[in-house]
Amino acid sequence: MSGAAELLLAVRGVETYYGNIVALRGVDMDVHRGEIVTLIGANGAGKSTLMMTICGDPRARKGRIVYDGMDITQMPTHEIVSHGIAQSPEGRRIFPRMTVMENLQMGAALVDPDHFDKDIEKVFKLFPRLKERIAQRGGTLSGGEQQMLAIARALMSRPKLLLLDEPSLGLAPLIVKQIFDAIRELNEKEGLTVFLVEQNAFHALKLAHRGYVMVNGVITMSGTGAELLKKEEVRAAYLEGGRH
Amino acid sequence: MAASNTNAPTSDVTPVGAQAEAEAHRLPPAPANNPHSLAASVRDAAIAAFLAGVLGFFFIGVRTDIAPGGLDLRMRWGAWIVSILVVFAGRLLLNIFVWKTDKPITRRVKTGSGGMSETVSKTLKYALLAFALILPFFFTTFFPGKDRQFIDLAILIMTYIMLGWGLNIVVGLAGLLDLGYVAFYAVGAYSFALLAQYLDFGFWLALPLAGLLAATWGMILGFPVLRLRGDYLAIVTLAFGEIIRVVLLNWYEFTKGPDGISGIPKPTFFGLELKRGEGGFADFFGIAYDPIHRFIFLYYIILALALITNLVTMRLRRLPIGRAWEALREDEIACRSLGINTRNTKLTAFAIGAMFGGFAGSFFATRQGFISPESFTFLESAIILAIVVLGGLGSQIGVVIASVVMIGGIELLRNLGFLQQVFGSGFDPVQYRMLIFGLAMVLIMVWKPRGLVSTREPSAVYKEKKRIGADMVAQGEGH
Ligand SMILES: Nc1ncnc2c1ncn2[C@@H]1O[C@H](COP(=O)(O)OP(=O)(O)OP(=O)(O)O)[C@@H](O)[C@H]1O
Ligand SMILES: [Mg+2]
Repeated sequence: MSGAAELLLAVRGVETYYGNIVALRGVDMDVHRGEIVTLIGANGAGKSTLMMTICGDPRARKGRIVYDGMDITQMPTHEIVSHGIAQSPEGRRIFPRMTVMENLQMGAALVDPDHFDKDIEKVFKLFPRLKERIAQRGGTLSGGEQQMLAIARALMSRPKLLLLDEPSLGLAPLIVKQIFDAIRELNEKEGLTVFLVEQNAFHALKLAHRGYVMVNGVITMSGTGAELLKKEEVRAAYLEGGRH
Repeated sequence: MAASNTNAPTSDVTPVGAQAEAEAHRLPPAPANNPHSLAASVRDAAIAAFLAGVLGFFFIGVRTDIAPGGLDLRMRWGAWIVSILVVFAGRLLLNIFVWKTDKPITRRVKTGSGGMSETVSKTLKYALLAFALILPFFFTTFFPGKDRQFIDLAILIMTYIMLGWGLNIVVGLAGLLDLGYVAFYAVGAYSFALLAQYLDFGFWLALPLAGLLAATWGMILGFPVLRLRGDYLAIVTLAFGEIIRVVLLNWYEFTKGPDGISGIPKPTFFGLELKRGEGGFADFFGIAYDPIHRFIFLYYIILALALITNLVTMRLRRLPIGRAWEALREDEIACRSLGINTRNTKLTAFAIGAMFGGFAGSFFATRQGFISPESFTFLESAIILAIVVLGGLGSQIGVVIASVVMIGGIELLRNLGFLQQVFGSGFDPVQYRMLIFGLAMVLIMVWKPRGLVSTREPSAVYKEKKRIGADMVAQGEGH
């Protein structure tokens, strides 16, 4: 990514609280158009909180979030999403009693219905497994299939910026690879901008153009994926045990 | 794990269950003390009957009456023996079919859960609809002596079906547990009654207004409870239902409080009153006047209202708003992250559900001709909710079955006079209806924890239609 690339998302000095408990203590972060940016950090560092804050739920108490030239800090969640930010939240959160088809329809809730047929074919090309399971209830899918569905559902909203929270959670290495390949393909072929929160630091940093490391609600390190992978602190803290 | 594996590397491989099963096959059945034999069942039942006899001797077998100069003891051998026999027979049947058998029927019922295949349930739907359409004529033809009673019962059941369908939008589809649904029923009934009393409104003019008012109250309830879920929501809605009733009870100048409002006008047939003599319905069409006409007319009104409720619900389910309701029931956070405006989604569910409650309330007022707050107690809410839950949350046909069973069941109890011969003349089966309800609910929840009709029909299909195997659409457990 060249430094001149257009800024799509800018997070400036964001502080988020849960009641009186501070979760983010002044986060600064950039995502450029066409980039894959990853955020790694220990459990409880505040990664998911940052992702949810971008979507306005919970809202930042201080700081600014600017997306595509708009200040979205105070916008209601459904409006933020309608401007092209899609999220696959932590733990997938697919609709268990609804079919794959209905889950995908929910993803397209804000989109002109004319796009639906074309869009669904696109996600089926990315995840052919979902097409086979189109009439199955979401809750009966395997973990990997559910993750695919969560990503596919987010894609159905035709996002400009895709937020993924731990898509590799609890998945076998082979499925993780499939999912990461799909993310790369979306980025390369469609130019989709992706912000990826991951525990699987090695794979995430290999995939991403740039990465951030979060500790205790602040960003402590940033750099290209390759740079971070080389850093001793990162290796010690997040890549312990070598290649996962 | 690794350490124990090195000691017994192979024994871990066979699953414990499989081993036990293999053992069970190897062992010959021991007839003498086989716990599943008929003899064991009878012995067990006899023990139970003996215990019932001992315990029941003083409770059932002996009766004390106040007599001059003290208490008078009377033996009630009949009741005592009957109770022993009931325990014996009941226990024996349970032993044979459920407890002491390899193939309990409860399990068969369970595996058949959701068991109504698509075609069967479709046929059932159309059959029920066809019957509902001809029902008044069915009764006037085949039960001419009792037709009024039957059609009246059908009207009552149909009212509950409509209420169940209305509540199903809120509870079944949107997943918002509403214990105060009767409030909207009351709002609808009082709207019409008051509009008629103060402004001389007729039924047809008041009906849409009553629905609108109820919908408004649905929103008013909706706002404060937007952030609540589950138990908390249930408690607030429960309180809301009571508040409405208490207000109706105490605002004497306006609502006449406990005295209620009477003289509520009957609906007209395109301006024709269903009355005897000049200018009435019968007179206009040149047929002989018969009071049954009014019952038939009321029946068709409530049937139409109920069918509208159903059609609107089915239609909404296929629209984005209905899908959003269901998604909201499943996962609110996911909904928000997909850009669903959860506030508006909830409010529309409350408002639309309330609106149908309001329609039903207006109908109730016109049918009764008299309403008072007594008709809108929590018990009504509970019955409607029970209909929705027993029917299987979100299932339209389930609501029909549950209404017929529950409301029809109460009515049936009134006709069990022969039980008085057994339990004495003071025995009134109707008084036991709540007990029987409770029992029926427990039984249904044990056998069919997700209600009578637990399958959820998908609201959309992929354009390449395929046959979908039952395994593909089976419900995920635990949700
Ligand atoms: N709803 C909540 N209420 C109160 N505290 C919360 C809430 N959600 C998160 N937290 C707290 O905020 C901090 C950051 O949590 P967050 O979920 O963002 O961590 P994370 O980096 O995503 O961790 P993980 O890798 O385990 O998912 C944690 O200390 C957590 O306990
Ligand atoms: Mg997290």
